[in-house]
Amino acid sequence: MAAAGPSVFLLMVNGQVESAQFPEYDDLYCKYCFVYGQDWAPTAGLEEGISQITSKSQDVRQALVWNFPIDVTFKSTNPYGWPQIVLSVYGPDVFGNDVVRGYGAVHLPFSPGRHKRTIPMFVPESTSKLQKFTSWFMGRRPEYTDPKVVAQGEGREVTRVRSQGFVTLLFNVVTKDMRKLGYDTGPSDTQGVSRPSPPPGLPL
Amino acid sequence: MNPKEEKVKIITEEVDENDEDAGVGSQKKTSKMARQKRKKPLPAAGPEEMVSENAHLGNQPEPLQEDSDTRPVSMTTRRGPRSLPPIPSASRTGFAEFSMRERMREKLQAARSKAESTLLQEIPTPRPRRLQSPGEKELETEFGTEPGEEAQKTQQEDDSQSRSRVKFRDSVRKIKTKPPVPPGFPSAEEAYNFFTFNFDPEPEESEEKPKAKNRDGTTQEEEEGEEEEPPVQGIHKTDEQLLISATEAEAFLWGLDHTAADFVAVRPADYESAHVRLQMEKELLFVPSRLTVPTYKKLPENVQPRYLEDEGLYIGTRPDVPRTCQNIMENRLLTQEPGRRWFGDDGRIVALPNPIKPFPSRPPVLTQEQDFRAELETLYKKAVKYVHRSQHMIGSGDSPGNFQLDIDISGLIFTHHPCFSREHVLAAKLAQLYDQYLARHQRNKAKFLTDKLQALRNAVQTGLNPEKTHKSLDTTQKTINEYKSEIRQTRKLRDAEQEKDRMLLKTIIKVWKEMKSLREFQRFTNTPLKLVLRKEKVDQKADEEAYEAEIQAEISELLEEHMEEHEQKMEAYRAAYQQWKAWKKAQRAKKKKKKQAVEEHPEEEMGEPYPEEDPVKPVPPEPTDRALMEHQVRERAARSRRRPGEPLLVPELSLAGSVTPNEQCPRVEVLRREDVKRRSIYLKVIFNDKEVSRTDSRPLGADFRVHFGQIFNLQIFNWPESLTLQVYETVGHSGTTLLAEVFLPIPETTIVTGRAPIEEVEFSSNQHVTLDHEGVGSGMPFSFEADGSNQLILMTSGKVSNSVAWAIGENGIPLIPPLSQQNIGFRSVLKRADAISSIGTSGLTDLKKLAKWAAESKLDPNDPNNAPLMQLISVATSGESYVPDFFRLEQLQQEFNFVSDEELSRSKRFRLLCLRSQEVPEFRNYKQIPAYDREIMEKVFQDYEKRLRDRNVIETKDHIDPHRAMVAKYLQQVRESVINRFLIAKHHFLLSDLIVEEEVPNISILGLSLFKLAEQKRPLRPRRKGRKKVTAQNLSDGDIKVLVNIIRAYDIPVRKPTASKFQQPSRSSRTFSEKHAASPPTHSPTHSADYPLGQVLVRPFVEVSFQRTICHTTTAEGPNPSWNEELELPFRAPNGDYSTSSLQSVKDDVFINIFDEVLYDVLEDDRERGSGIHTRIERHWLGCVKIPFSTIYFQAKIDGTFKIDIPPVLLGYSKERSMIIERGFDSVRSLSEGSYITLFITMEPQLVPGESVREKFDSQEDEKLLQATEKFQAECALKFPHRQCLTTVTDISGKTVFITRYLKPLNPPQELLEACPNNPQATAELVARYVSLIPFLPDTVSFAGICDLWSTSDQFLDLLAGDEEEHAVLLCNYFLSLGKKAWLVMGSAIPEGPTAYVLTREQSHYLIWNPCSGHFYGQFDTFCPLKSVGCLIGPDNTDSQDHQVILVTPSFGGTLNYEGYCRRLVKNRSYEVRVPEFKLQCHHLLAV
Repeated sequence: MAAAGPSVFLLMVNGQVESAQFPEYDDLYCKYCFVYGQDWAPTAGLEEGISQITSKSQDVRQALVWNFPIDVTFKSTNPYGWPQIVLSVYGPDVFGNDVVRGYGAVHLPFSPGRHKRTIPMFVPESTSKLQKFTSWFMGRRPEYTDPKVVAQGEGREVTRVRSQGFVTLLFNVVTKDMRKLGYDTGPSDTQGVSRPSPPPGLPL
Repeated sequence: MNPKEEKVKIITEEVDENDEDAGVGSQKKTSKMARQKRKKPLPAAGPEEMVSENAHLGNQPEPLQEDSDTRPVSMTTRRGPRSLPPIPSASRTGFAEFSMRERMREKLQAARSKAESTLLQEIPTPRPRRLQSPGEKELETEFGTEPGEEAQKTQQEDDSQSRSRVKFRDSVRKIKTKPPVPPGFPSAEEAYNFFTFNFDPEPEESEEKPKAKNRDGTTQEEEEGEEEEPPVQGIHKTDEQLLISATEAEAFLWGLDHTAADFVAVRPADYESAHVRLQMEKELLFVPSRLTVPTYKKLPENVQPRYLEDEGLYIGTRPDVPRTCQNIMENRLLTQEPGRRWFGDDGRIVALPNPIKPFPSRPPVLTQEQDFRAELETLYKKAVKYVHRSQHMIGSGDSPGNFQLDIDISGLIFTHHPCFSREHVLAAKLAQLYDQYLARHQRNKAKFLTDKLQALRNAVQTGLNPEKTHKSLDTTQKTINEYKSEIRQTRKLRDAEQEKDRMLLKTIIKVWKEMKSLREFQRFTNTPLKLVLRKEKVDQKADEEAYEAEIQAEISELLEEHMEEHEQKMEAYRAAYQQWKAWKKAQRAKKKKKKQAVEEHPEEEMGEPYPEEDPVKPVPPEPTDRALMEHQVRERAARSRRRPGEPLLVPELSLAGSVTPNEQCPRVEVLRREDVKRRSIYLKVIFNDKEVSRTDSRPLGADFRVHFGQIFNLQIFNWPESLTLQVYETVGHSGTTLLAEVFLPIPETTIVTGRAPIEEVEFSSNQHVTLDHEGVGSGMPFSFEADGSNQLILMTSGKVSNSVAWAIGENGIPLIPPLSQQNIGFRSVLKRADAISSIGTSGLTDLKKLAKWAAESKLDPNDPNNAPLMQLISVATSGESYVPDFFRLEQLQQEFNFVSDEELSRSKRFRLLCLRSQEVPEFRNYKQIPAYDREIMEKVFQDYEKRLRDRNVIETKDHIDPHRAMVAKYLQQVRESVINRFLIAKHHFLLSDLIVEEEVPNISILGLSLFKLAEQKRPLRPRRKGRKKVTAQNLSDGDIKVLVNIIRAYDIPVRKPTASKFQQPSRSSRTFSEKHAASPPTHSPTHSADYPLGQVLVRPFVEVSFQRTICHTTTAEGPNPSWNEELELPFRAPNGDYSTSSLQSVKDDVFINIFDEVLYDVLEDDRERGSGIHTRIERHWLGCVKIPFSTIYFQAKIDGTFKIDIPPVLLGYSKERSMIIERGFDSVRSLSEGSYITLFITMEPQLVPGESVREKFDSQEDEKLLQATEKFQAECALKFPHRQCLTTVTDISGKTVFITRYLKPLNPPQELLEACPNNPQATAELVARYVSLIPFLPDTVSFAGICDLWSTSDQFLDLLAGDEEEHAVLLCNYFLSLGKKAWLVMGSAIPEGPTAYVLTREQSHYLIWNPCSGHFYGQFDTFCPLKSVGCLIGPDNTDSQDHQVILVTPSFGGTLNYEGYCRRLVKNRSYEVRVPEFKLQCHHLLAV
């Protein structure tokens, strides 16, 4: 079967949720999950994760560093519904309630290699000023029913969001058999195939 | 022609130069150049340019660098065409070398002096600037704070170095501000290396550089000025900028990536004064000045502003923009974008014409009404057929690509021009004659004819020789005669030709002589024309002999001819003479007769005096005189032929002559030349009466030749109908005049680019021009003679040399429109082929006829003339070309299709993907569609295709009768359409679908929550707390469990104590219990007395089965067991899809079976009883309760007592109980029969039930009513949020219907009424039973719980299936018709969940009817399955059927009292809200 040609291609992604910039907030943790199409299936690794709580660094940058590893492998027959990573960041508000600080999503990179992505994050807004106040007061901010909503475009027109903060992600992507299935995802992929490897033993 | 052409080119080139340098060069220069031109026209430009350069050097050193850049380019371009004429190459290269070297030297010198001057300027400035400019200090600090690499630097650097760096930057700035400073600074990198590296290995070099920099850089600049490397400066600058920008960017980039903080030095706060700030801003900000920009800045170098308006071109008025704004914009553009593309030729910003019209374009509104109407009146206008060249349009499908016509306009020659001087006129004449001569010479017709003559003579000679002929004498004679006549003909032609040749030669010589004399006379020459007559020596003797022989031959031939003629004449003479003689005789005879006859018939003679003229006596022809003839021949020969021995004269016209320079010419001539110079010519190419392009405007050469050498590629869509060149002449700046139009023939389709010959097309103009200088003018008489005689009138005329051809595409296919479209084009061809005469004009359009004609007339298919016709015919007969009579949109679609549609539809994978994206139920959740077609099994589609196929086929075998089958099919279709509708609706989102948001708490909730704080920590009666709901998406198998809590049961049937009560059980058929019951007397006889008390009547246990999982409780005892056990059953969603829609469609039921566990003693031998027990356990099924999963899912929990479904006959069991058990406390229970079980069912975790779809369906109801219902519903929802309150429902066709429309008295079947006519209660029960017998078909399952469709009673009876609503509606309608007061009760019951019941009012009490089972319950029945009431629908108590209302219960527990709380919606009234009187009390109903 394998000799005849693969019927699926594999996408292996590892990396980490490196850090975030939320200038106003502290003590945040993040959750991640993947949204993918029907033709995709995770074969290995964790599909969801929840990170530790991190506090701001004390220097000027005030970075929130999680360095929370991602390691997942998907298999698929169809690039349609390419996996997206959905991040949601939570942290305590002034009253100590755990509230959401940002949602964001980004497609996993298509091409093999190392990719760094900085995702802008946003949160849903309250529908009215009064609700905004009460939600602030009660510590029950509006949240998405499902964080995966941010990975889809459908129905977003009814929401209003406010942007806040960025999360930086690092991906190392390895694909397998994509070219064999006829999907060319970039020059680095072709290089890997066409360029002859240097003979071993040669001093570089 | 060729050498001539080249020379023309040269001359035009030089004139070009003349014009270019006109701005700089003086009169003197041009004259010098002209003088040089006379000998070697080529290198003239060299020194001249040098001169101009020197001039530049002297006064304006600015354009030096540009010179060095542009010079080579311009040189090559100018030299390019000059390589054409044969010019000694050595002199040229020498000259070029010399000029190059010279230029270099000059440039060096200029650079050096420049550098020195700039340095001199700079020297005083830097120091004070460095001392006081804080901006630079700032820069330094910037350097200092730069992290990383700078940190190391600061350690190494000492004071002097930092100072030097400051200086370095300073100088850099200087360079930046003054671009013309010669470059040569080290790049930023070098500088950096210098300051940071240790220069151990190369001390000398490194020392020199800093020296150069530490000093003021004089020497260094001088040195590097010689090197002359302009790019260095650029690199230098850009590097510097890059460095700065890079570091700045790094510094500003959030400060993330580098560890700047580690190296932060603590310093006091910086203060920036306002002055410093301003200065800094000055560096950053650019404020465009408002001053007017001088025009020369906005135009390319050395270009005079060109005002198109002056040239006669139309220029619209520019929009009005304030001058200052324009100035600001111009300044900005000049600084921002160095290119001048924003500026037009006139030096102003390019602007579109002012779009504002000065007058309103809208017609004035007419105030009078009549006029207004008249305006709007419709006018009849006959349809105009639009035939405009639509048939020539290139068809969309049959011809790929476009068509191109290449028009090569190489040049233009004036054969006459108003500016022609007399000499020019002569020269033109000479040139024309010479051309004629050349053409004649080339054809050499005289020679050809001479040869022919010779050949004919030979033929005659051989023909005369009888030995050689084998033919009969007759034929020989005949051919010889033919030959001879031909010889005669040929000779005549040859003589004429020779005479013409000679005349031509003579004229040429004459004109040349005239020209020479003219040149002599006017003492200057205007034209370089020079005629050389080359004499070719001939062998005099041979020549003479040939001449003589020729003459002799001619004479002999002539003689012969004359002889023949003479002969003929003689013969004629003889014949005539004979005739005459005869006549004479006859005359004489007549006369004799007459004499006799006169007497007899005197009058007769008078009648015919002389009927015929007297034939003249013929004169015998003279014999030819040989001498005379010879004389004639010789004379003619002398006239037309070269005399023997006379040298052969070959005229050669050359342009080697030199033209007298301007200085030596008289003023009129100079004026003329100036005038010529001012004139320029351009051509417009007009295609199908539209101007498509025009040539550049080229100055008219001194020889009145204009070289264009431009090729226009016309991409055409229409078949060319006309192709015209318009010759325009521009004189100075004054304007343009159309000289003439030249009509070009459209090329045949066989002529393609490369093969097309250059053709000269003559033109002439009828303009009349009189000039005040030597120019002869046009259309004006002038003369060469001094006395003004012999006047000539010449019109402007000339020739355009051009070639028109079809272009060839990339693959060698000529880009010619297919012939089917060129109707007009091929018609011209056809005219030639004369098809019209043979088949008529109409035949031309009928291709078949045309083909037939072509076949019949045997057209030569190889004749190029016929090629288009043949092509057309072949196309027509093969049917390839077919002109579509439609217009196709998206004609390029085919190109973008990457596979054909068939292939696409054949692809299984594509089909699968499509079906999935359409959310077809079978494929909606298809996962992992295989990557290849071959991996997709055909059977995947089988179900789907079968469904599609069966859509219209009604299968009867699954159903009892065809009607049911039809109904099932109909329902299926309704279901599909509804599902499709809801699939669409599901993609509409509300905010609450996406975002969880807390409700705004009102005061009471706030108060409650405050109150909660004071709540007891451990209340005595704890409340159930709501569990967190789980969205059903990220779940998997095994995550969900169904929890069934079985609490207790009531009135389980007990075993019939038949044996024990009435007779002793036989030993063989005893049960264990019986045995057991029987045995106690053996152990303890007292038991037997209280047997009914002690006996275990039943040992029930409960088994719950769900999705093939079975759990059971422990066994309890007695007819009222209490288990209180929790059973866990795993739930597995179909296909592992835990989405809401999928969960809604789960059709599984939870079966709760109650069994009686019976133990049989199987021990046969009583003796072993003491030592062992052998029993058999039997399970006797008693009854079951079935609860659909969907109910659990939607209700989230089911809590209540259910009636156990017990078969009507349970063998061996009975519900009879002993009187002891009935202690009377259970009087309420006794009212109802049957067994009950109390259950609590829920799911763990709790799933969020799918929301029903909120979609507005269209409705036929009154809009007002709809609004009222909406308002009513909103009010209700506000007051009773958890109440099911229906006002409108969806009918089976998907329309919104007001709910009371379903209620209408409906007569039940007559049989039911007649069954017990006297007992209304029995009739009602019968009707209820009748209704309950109609099969139940739940909507929630068929429509996946997304909506509830209400069918009318009529439809319900027709479909023979329905769910609670339909049953309830029908029952209610029957009851209404029976005269009862009946309402539809919308409420929630167990186990159905939200359901519909019917409420009737009897005399004293209310009855609640379950329409699906036919049971009725009293209003106080505890076991009534209806647990809560949402609303009542029905007539109010006014008995009027019109007033159907919806009643909503208020919210309080215990007794329901509608009084004072009811709201009603009245149909057909004003929809007011009124409070009716209504009172209902039922104990058990709990308001939600």
